[in-house]
Amino acid sequence: MLHRRKGAIPYALLAPGMGWLLLFFVVPMWYLAKMSLSSGLFPTFSFSWAWGNFHDAITAYQVQFIRSGEYAAIATAIALAVSYPLAYWIAFRGGRWKNLFLLLVIAPFFVTYLIRTLAWETILSDNGIIVHALQDVHILGSNGRLLATSAAVIAGITYNFLPFMVLPLYVSLEQVDQRLIEAAEDLYASRARAFARVTLPLSLPGVFAGVLLTFIPAAGDFINAQLLGTPRQYMIGNIIQSEFLAVRDYPTAAALSFVLMAAILVIVLAFARILGTERLTVSA
Amino acid sequence: MRFLRRQVLTVYAVLALAYLFLPIGVVVAFSFNNPRGRFNFTWEGFTWKNWTNPFGYPGVSGALKVSIEIALVSSFAATVLGTLIALALVRYRFRGSATTNLLIFIPMTTPEVVMGASLLTLFVNWRIAQGFGTILIAHILFNISYVVVTVRARLVGFDRHLEEAAMDLGANELVTFFRVTLPLIMPGILAAGLLAFALSIDDFVITYFNAGATVTFPLFVWGAARVATPPQINVIGTAIFVIAVTGMLANILFQQIRSKRGVVAV
Repeated sequence: MLHRRKGAIPYALLAPGMGWLLLFFVVPMWYLAKMSLSSGLFPTFSFSWAWGNFHDAITAYQVQFIRSGEYAAIATAIALAVSYPLAYWIAFRGGRWKNLFLLLVIAPFFVTYLIRTLAWETILSDNGIIVHALQDVHILGSNGRLLATSAAVIAGITYNFLPFMVLPLYVSLEQVDQRLIEAAEDLYASRARAFARVTLPLSLPGVFAGVLLTFIPAAGDFINAQLLGTPRQYMIGNIIQSEFLAVRDYPTAAALSFVLMAAILVIVLAFARILGTERLTVSA
Repeated sequence: MRFLRRQVLTVYAVLALAYLFLPIGVVVAFSFNNPRGRFNFTWEGFTWKNWTNPFGYPGVSGALKVSIEIALVSSFAATVLGTLIALALVRYRFRGSATTNLLIFIPMTTPEVVMGASLLTLFVNWRIAQGFGTILIAHILFNISYVVVTVRARLVGFDRHLEEAAMDLGANELVTFFRVTLPLIMPGILAAGLLAFALSIDDFVITYFNAGATVTFPLFVWGAARVATPPQINVIGTAIFVIAVTGMLANILFQQIRSKRGVVAV
């Protein structure tokens, strides 16, 4: 559109927004990095190349790190199992009501996160129907409960990040060219085989994006563990939160934050390698 | 067999949707509850009184007002900043575009606790008192990336010939931008703005780290949940839900009608 002074225009367009990102994302990360290598007590911390912070943080909170990874992985797997058939159904059977069904998927998430989680507290409570039903069929003992267990926390995480799984899955399934599936069937592939060899591979970018977008917030979450669990279910997010806001041991909290980011990065890259979709991280 | 499989998938999808709506049903139902104690976790009886008095719990209305103000300002600012970035990324080739893309992408993959913590560290270092302003800074920040991604998706499918036609007919660059480009990408910009508004009004974690003494609606719910869960929380939650869903339903119906009339749905 604009032909003159082409060299300067994109930078002028970028400047305000990218300036904001630099000032309030990159610079804070730099301060957080410095803090993770500092020592001292609140409010006077001094930078001292204190690499020991990382060692201390990992050894002290190893349990919560592993638990976060486990909870997030299980929740992501369940979310994928729930979402894939749903997204498939909307994409291939939704017809002209696709947008309406998508709206139905997103709609519940317009109820504030915390209120949704409190609703799960009601559903899973000791007097709730789910606990009573499970007690009746003897899956739970007569004193058994759901609230304050790992199951409750994982259930909460699974639910709360579900749209992040459904939407990318839907987008990639929606783009699958129906004619390719028909072609596979014309060539005598069974429906299952056509799905396994055509639809599924073509939807892998959506699977990758969905897993990424679900796993990352799930691994860093602390609300579900706080409201649906007990300190025995605390995740690394709970620790970072309380180290920052209650204990005020900023260096430890900062070190934990970086370990969390690094761990997530490693898991994401490993997962990308397994799926063979490294290229897609850029476009995701 | 084929028929059966179709039905299995449909049943599964209906069950999945039911699962999605289960907690919402609980939220709506318990907005009509008449709890005897301070906690609204067990059903005690039906009442209208929470709905006739939605702000009847101290602090609710103030917190809601703060949330709406922050959501309005931050979604507007982020939409402007993000749209400019999207225009630059789609329309121009320039040195540093790969780095720009990366810098847009990384915040979306940063756990919220980490983003909140890094901003807290910044404000402590710069001795900036936390409050309304710092919440605003944080919300604009996390919204920018989502706006860029949404608007960029719209711009990529844009027919450049329309602009060339306008210029051939004698419009200058600015006129072309405001009369052709902007109206055509407006749906994308509006969608981005709505997304930003929704993300802002719902945010808890990043706000929690940077709020100081200011209380937004999610912070209010969090604070209240330790000592009580007044049914007014459910009333406001339900109201926000109904308003948002009505708006989106209207949008879908509008698009359906438009596309039936044969207007190009951009």
